[in-house]
Amino acid sequence: MRKVYVIGSGLTNIGTLWNYGLRDLIAEAGLAALDEAGVDRVDAIFVGNMMSGILNAQENLGAYAADYLGLSGVPAFKVEAACGSGGAAVLNAALAIKSGLFDRVLVIGVEKMSDMTAIEDVTSALATASEAEYELFWGASFVSLNALIMRAYAMQYNLSEEDFGWLPILMHKNATDVPYAQLRFPIDMKAYLNSPMIAEPIRLLDSAPTGDGAAALVLSASESRDGEGVSVELSGFWSSTDTVALYTREDLLELKAAKIAAKKAFEMAGIPSSDLDVVEVHDAFSIMGYLNLEALGIVEPGKAHEFIKSGDAERSGPLPVNPEGGLKARGHPVGATGVYQIVEIYRQLAGRAGSAQVPDPKVGAAMNVGGTGANVVVTVLRRVS
Amino acid sequence: MWALIPSIPSIKREMPYRYRLEGVECEECGYRTLPSRMVCPRCGSRKMKRILLPRKGRVLYHTTLHATPRGYEFYEPYVLALVELDDGTRVFTQLTDVDPAQVSPGMEVEVVLRKVRVGGEGGPIAYGLKFRPRLKR
Amino acid sequence: MRPDRPVGIVGWGSYVPMFRIKEEDLAAAWGREWSRFASSLMVFEKSVPGLDEDTLTISYEAAMNALARAGIDPTELGAVYVGTESKPYAVKPTSTILAEAIGASGATTGADFEFACKAGTEAIQAVIGLVGSGMIKYGLAVGADTSQGAPSDPLEYTASAGGAAFVIGPASESAATIEASYSYVTDTPDFWRRALVKYPAHGRAFTGRPAYFHHIVSAAKGLMEELGTTPDDYDYAVFHQPNGKFPRRVGKMLGFPMEKIEPGLVTPVVGNTYSGSSLLGLTAVLDIAKPGDKILLVSFGSGAGSDAFHIEVTEKIEEVRDRAPKSRDYLERKVYVGYPFYARSMRMYKMPADIGAY
Repeated sequence: MRKVYVIGSGLTNIGTLWNYGLRDLIAEAGLAALDEAGVDRVDAIFVGNMMSGILNAQENLGAYAADYLGLSGVPAFKVEAACGSGGAAVLNAALAIKSGLFDRVLVIGVEKMSDMTAIEDVTSALATASEAEYELFWGASFVSLNALIMRAYAMQYNLSEEDFGWLPILMHKNATDVPYAQLRFPIDMKAYLNSPMIAEPIRLLDSAPTGDGAAALVLSASESRDGEGVSVELSGFWSSTDTVALYTREDLLELKAAKIAAKKAFEMAGIPSSDLDVVEVHDAFSIMGYLNLEALGIVEPGKAHEFIKSGDAERSGPLPVNPEGGLKARGHPVGATGVYQIVEIYRQLAGRAGSAQVPDPKVGAAMNVGGTGANVVVTVLRRVS
Repeated sequence: MWALIPSIPSIKREMPYRYRLEGVECEECGYRTLPSRMVCPRCGSRKMKRILLPRKGRVLYHTTLHATPRGYEFYEPYVLALVELDDGTRVFTQLTDVDPAQVSPGMEVEVVLRKVRVGGEGGPIAYGLKFRPRLKR
Repeated sequence: MRPDRPVGIVGWGSYVPMFRIKEEDLAAAWGREWSRFASSLMVFEKSVPGLDEDTLTISYEAAMNALARAGIDPTELGAVYVGTESKPYAVKPTSTILAEAIGASGATTGADFEFACKAGTEAIQAVIGLVGSGMIKYGLAVGADTSQGAPSDPLEYTASAGGAAFVIGPASESAATIEASYSYVTDTPDFWRRALVKYPAHGRAFTGRPAYFHHIVSAAKGLMEELGTTPDDYDYAVFHQPNGKFPRRVGKMLGFPMEKIEPGLVTPVVGNTYSGSSLLGLTAVLDIAKPGDKILLVSFGSGAGSDAFHIEVTEKIEEVRDRAPKSRDYLERKVYVGYPFYARSMRMYKMPADIGAY
C-alpha cells in the first residue's frame, strides 16, 4: 500500500480573533500550508470542524474552503467528529491518498467560537458532542460530563484536586514561548486551586479555553525531502468509537476507543508505542489528558499525575507531552485542534518547532478525542532520513 | 439563541422515558437501558422488550454546575448525577430538592417529576423524572 | 346529594414542597413588622415551591401517593381531573399531562377545573358523579396550587404551594366512604383575577362574612340538615383554611369544639395552598383517623361557593395508610429560604429576553 507523507503545514494564532471570520481563518492556514509545501494545487480538501452550522450559520464547509482558497472544482468535504474533527479530517485525507485515487490532499481544521459572545450559547453548542436527549436535556454541559469522570477517577485512586493541577501548570509553562498560543502566561498550584468552579470538581484553570483558530497540512503520496534530507511520514492512523453517552459507557475510567485507536495506529505504523519521542494528548481537561496517557500505555492506571509531576513530561524529559502547551494553553479551537496537534508533531520531527523543539524526536503521535471518548483518532508520524 | 425553545415533537416522543422511566431489556443477554433501542449495545441482539425501570437508586457520581448551557440559566446551580437504579441500570439525571453540598456518592435517591426545560414565558414546558434524596417517613 | 352507587376514597395522597419562608421575612421585605399581623392571621410560615416545581409536579406526586394507597393500576382510572388556579398553561389541560405521567392516558376523560380555592372539591364532586352513576369505576380528583400573593399584598403572607389527590371508587373498596355532599354557590365577587393580569385582587374584609363564612355555613348547615346530623356526630371538622383564624371561627359558629378542628388545620405551618387547602387538611386527618370516625369537610372557593362532604372512615384505612408518605412527612420536611429565593421562585423578576428557562 502507498505511503502518506506530510509535506507542508500552516496555522493561525489562536485566540478571540474578532477580525477573522471562518473564511479568513481557512485561507490563512490553508495558504500557509500550500506555500510551505511549495504547491498551488491539490486533488481534494478535507475540512475538520464541529460547530460551524450552530455558531456561524455556515455548513457546506468543503465547498466553502475550496471557494475561498481559489480551489473550486476539487472534491471537498467537512468532516465532523466533535472535538475529534481535526484528527478525523486528517484520517480521511490519509485514507483518500492510500486509496490511490488522490495524490495530494489539503487538510484544514478550523473553528470560529467567538461570534456567539454569550458563553451559554457556546456551552450549548459544545454540549452537542454529548447525547442530546439524555444528557444535554438534563442541563449537562460538556464540562459537567468530564467532571463526572474526574470525580470517578479521584474516588478510584484516592486523589486530591492538587494531583490534577500538574498538567495545566506544565501546559501553561510550555506555551509561554509559543508565538501562536492562546494563553501565554504561567500559572501555579495556588492559582489553579483558587480558580472558580465551572462544574465541580473542574475549575476554570483545569479547562481548555474557547477560541478561534485554523491549522492546515498538505499530505502527499510523494515524499518531499527538505534541505537536510529529512521527510516526515504519516505512518499510522486509526479511529475507534465508544458510546456517546456516559451512562451507557461500560467503564467511565477506560477510554476503550482511545486504546483501540492507539493500538491499531501503532500496528499500522509498524512501530512500538515505547518508541515514542514526543506525544500530543487531548487535555481539554486534565482528566482527559490523564486518561489519554493511560490509553497510550505511557502510564499505569491512576499514575498519570505522578508522571507529570515528576518532570518526565517536560520538553527536556524522556517523553515530552504537549511541548507547545496542549489544549489547555496553546488552545482548543475545537474542530481545528486535531490538526494543530499533527502540525506540531510534524514540525517537531522536521526540527522546525522553534523554542518548543524537543531534542531529536524520530517518532511522534497525536491523540484527538471527540466527545467524552466517543470518537478517538490516533495518528503516528515518523521521521524518515 | 437556537437552544432557547425545546422542540415540541421531541417533548412528545420522549414522554415514555422522561415521564415514566420506560426502558428496554435485551431478551438475550438481559442488558437494560433507556431510552428504547433497536439493537442491544452489549450483545447486538435485536430482541429488545419494553420495561419500566425501578424508581429508586443511589448516586454513583455527581457534579454541581455553575456555568450552564443556554436555557438552564435560571436554575443555577444544579446537580447532575450518574445514578444506579435498584436493578443496576445506570441513568444520567438531575438531582433536585437537595443542597449541592450535601450530595455524596452512595446517597439513596428516588424519582420525582419536575420541570426540566421551559421555553421562556410563552414556550412549552418539558417535564422529566429527576431524583431527590429519599423522603424520610 | 347522593349518587346511585355508594362511593368513597379508595386512595388519597398529598404533597407539599420542602421550602418554607417565615412570616417575619415576608413582612420585613416590605419594611413591616410581622407582630402587627401575627394574631389576625395565626400563620408562622408558608411553603415555597422549588424552581422546578409547579401545579403539575405537585399534582403528580400527590396522585402517585393516592394510587399507591388505592392499589389500582392507573389504566383503571376513567377520569383525571385537576382543580387549580395556577395552571402551568392557561390553555392546555394540566390533567392530560398528569394522566400521561401517571400512566392513565388513553381512554380517559380529563379536564382542569377552576373555582378559586374550591376547584379541588369541585373535581371531587364531578368524579363522584361519574363513579356514582356507574359511568366509570375509578376516577382521580386533584386540588393543587402554587398560589401567588401579590408582592406586599396581605395575601402574600399566606399564599403557598401544595396539593392533594383522591382516587374515588366503590365504597366497598374505600378507606373512607363519601356518604353525601352538598354544594352551595352564589355570585359573590370577593376575590378574582382577570385573564391577563398576573395577581388576583380581593375585597379585603368583604372576603369574610359575605364570602367565606356565609358559604361555608350555608353548605355545612345544608348538609347536616339533609342528613339529620349535628356537630356531635363528627369526630373531625375540616374547613377551607386561608389562615389559622377563619377555620377556628367558622367551626365555633357551627358549634364544633377546637379539638375537632385542630388536627385538620395545616395552614399555620404550610400557608394556604388554595385548591389544596381544605384537601390537605383532610389528608392530615386521614393520617390519624380510626375506622368509624366521621369527618365533615367543607371547602370554600371565592366567587363564591362551598362543597360540604360527610365522610366515614372504614376498616380499610389501616391497611392502606402506610403505603405512601403521610402529609405529616411532607409537613416535617423543611428548608428555610429568604425573600430573594422566594421572589425567584414566584417569578417576580422580569428576566432578560435571552434567559430561556423560566
